[in-house]
Amino acid sequence: MTTFDPYAPSRDTTEGTVYSVTGGDWDSLVQEIGSTKEERVVVNMGPQHPSTHGVLRLVLELEGETVTEARAGIGYLHTGIEKNMEYRSWTQGTTFVTRMDYLAPLFNETAYCLAVEKLLGITQDVPERASVIRVMMMELNRISSHMVALGTGALELGAISPMFFAFRERETVLDIFEMISGLRMNMAYVRPGGVQQDLPAGAIPKIRDAVKLMRKNFKDNTTLLVGNSIWMKRTQGIGYLDLAGCTTLGITGPVLRSTGLPWDLRKMQPYCGYEDYNFDVITADTCDVYGRFLIRMNELEQSLRIIEQALDKLENLEGAPVMVADKKIAWPAQLAMGGDGLGNSLNHIREIMGTSMESLIHHFKLVTEGFHVPAGQVYAAIESPRGELAAHVVSDGGTKPYRMHFREPSFNNLQATSAMSEGGMVADIIGAVASIDPVMGGVDR
Amino acid sequence: MFGARGTGDTSGYGGLVRTAASTGSSERPYGSYFDEVADDLERAYPLFSEAIERIVVDRGELTMHVKREKLVEVSKILRDSLKFEMCMGVSGVNYPADSGRELHAVYPLLSLTYNRRIRLEVSVPDSDPHIPSVVEVWAGNNWHERETFDMFGIIFDGHPGLTRILMPDDWQGHPQRKDYALGGIPVEYKGATTPPPNERRSYK
Repeated sequence: MTTFDPYAPSRDTTEGTVYSVTGGDWDSLVQEIGSTKEERVVVNMGPQHPSTHGVLRLVLELEGETVTEARAGIGYLHTGIEKNMEYRSWTQGTTFVTRMDYLAPLFNETAYCLAVEKLLGITQDVPERASVIRVMMMELNRISSHMVALGTGALELGAISPMFFAFRERETVLDIFEMISGLRMNMAYVRPGGVQQDLPAGAIPKIRDAVKLMRKNFKDNTTLLVGNSIWMKRTQGIGYLDLAGCTTLGITGPVLRSTGLPWDLRKMQPYCGYEDYNFDVITADTCDVYGRFLIRMNELEQSLRIIEQALDKLENLEGAPVMVADKKIAWPAQLAMGGDGLGNSLNHIREIMGTSMESLIHHFKLVTEGFHVPAGQVYAAIESPRGELAAHVVSDGGTKPYRMHFREPSFNNLQATSAMSEGGMVADIIGAVASIDPVMGGVDR
Repeated sequence: MFGARGTGDTSGYGGLVRTAASTGSSERPYGSYFDEVADDLERAYPLFSEAIERIVVDRGELTMHVKREKLVEVSKILRDSLKFEMCMGVSGVNYPADSGRELHAVYPLLSLTYNRRIRLEVSVPDSDPHIPSVVEVWAGNNWHERETFDMFGIIFDGHPGLTRILMPDDWQGHPQRKDYALGGIPVEYKGATTPPPNERRSYK
């Protein structure tokens, strides 16, 4: 028996000696482990660990510094969003889904709304301006999400400066989100039938300026990382996963594109009018962490291209509706900026309270009860920054979803952790997980 | 207009009655590439008529209802001959009113080669919730099947390690079944009390 150490207590179990590490006690731990004959060490990494991208738990079996087995433990951020949505109206659903993958809220909302619209049979009736706004918002969101992936990915491999640059760009995007929807994250901006409200006055020139600024600033991170010998050594040839591995594991997104397959749902199965935009699908053929980060960096420019085209379209669609014409689906509230913040417009309140009893009934029924969605099931998939994000929605004809299921790319792709990291060095697990870019809010839902 | 039926009680306090929506089989031609997929499968799989219970085409999506005994065979042929290389997971659905087929498992498939999507659906009774695992066909379904087991209690036979994945290991029950209460506590705010979501008024 060893002497009692209050910071690194150890106890003997049938599985061997178990050490609890609390930090600041590495010397005594290493000394103790070094004195045992056992070569095999099982390390529990996370769920509270700064390099695991949120509450991800990794159970690693090590032989020296080589990983022989890696298992991911999830569920620490499970919030029961799918179950909760069965008790809320179809419109309230957006408020839930936006909180799943918190780095890509607009993608969650759009996938959900596309599914609901498919069930309602109004896919063709969604106004063009609403679709263009969705595309623009999603591409801005792709930039902010990729920025976090690049910034935290580099940070986890030991580089701090890329994080500063990445978050500077992310702030630019979040400011635009705040200007348009009032919120920086979790906006619930995309609604079944369109979007919550039109762009505020002066939004387009502001976004144009931001695009110019970002195009200039993106170079900072590229020059900082690409060609940097430390970063190259930490990423090249690390976390290898080829096309066969990707297809059997159902991997999509940048990880799949790093095998050279140009699979992007925006091109392959366009939605929201993506077929009308000019952009390239970025691929790499390295199958490694480096390729995946390179893809993300180059996708930023493609997103900017799409945003510019969307802005041109929006200028031509000035004043067009942003919500379906069907008043039985469109949210009745006409929002306006009041003295106390955003609220119902005075004109709308005057109408429902002062002039039209029917308008009041309509408003009340639609807001409390919601609209009915014909029975059936659909599957709507979009290309989120992490891969195929899809909503499987079942309706029984009621005012609430009968069953909601999200096919989350983070959840699925995280399964590749073992394939990417087993047989490699323990330090390379960090890079491999970072290249998957899992967001635990989306993984656990 | 707003779907009031029967008694006309629109107060919302009548309780939520939820019935399963069962769509009948679709007639040929199915449209789009669906006829081709069905023909190809029929050609490649001699037991087609025995294994496929019905084919539903709804809202531009094809669903094949497969008998559970044949699921793995059908999956292998769909993957190898019809090039549905990817299975995008499995989603459980609970229809308590559909007696004898209370639990459904829905598998969205994707073909990278032909850029096509179809869906497989397997239904099993609550009393015997066993479905063969397709992890040997599509390894990526591992976690998805664990999730569906966790949430619905569907047991995927042959799964390499069917344990809970999102809920704690010692959790009782399967939360996304319809008979599992959502739960919650009343919330008081400025003197008014809001009941938990499953006790609020609900409309059908």
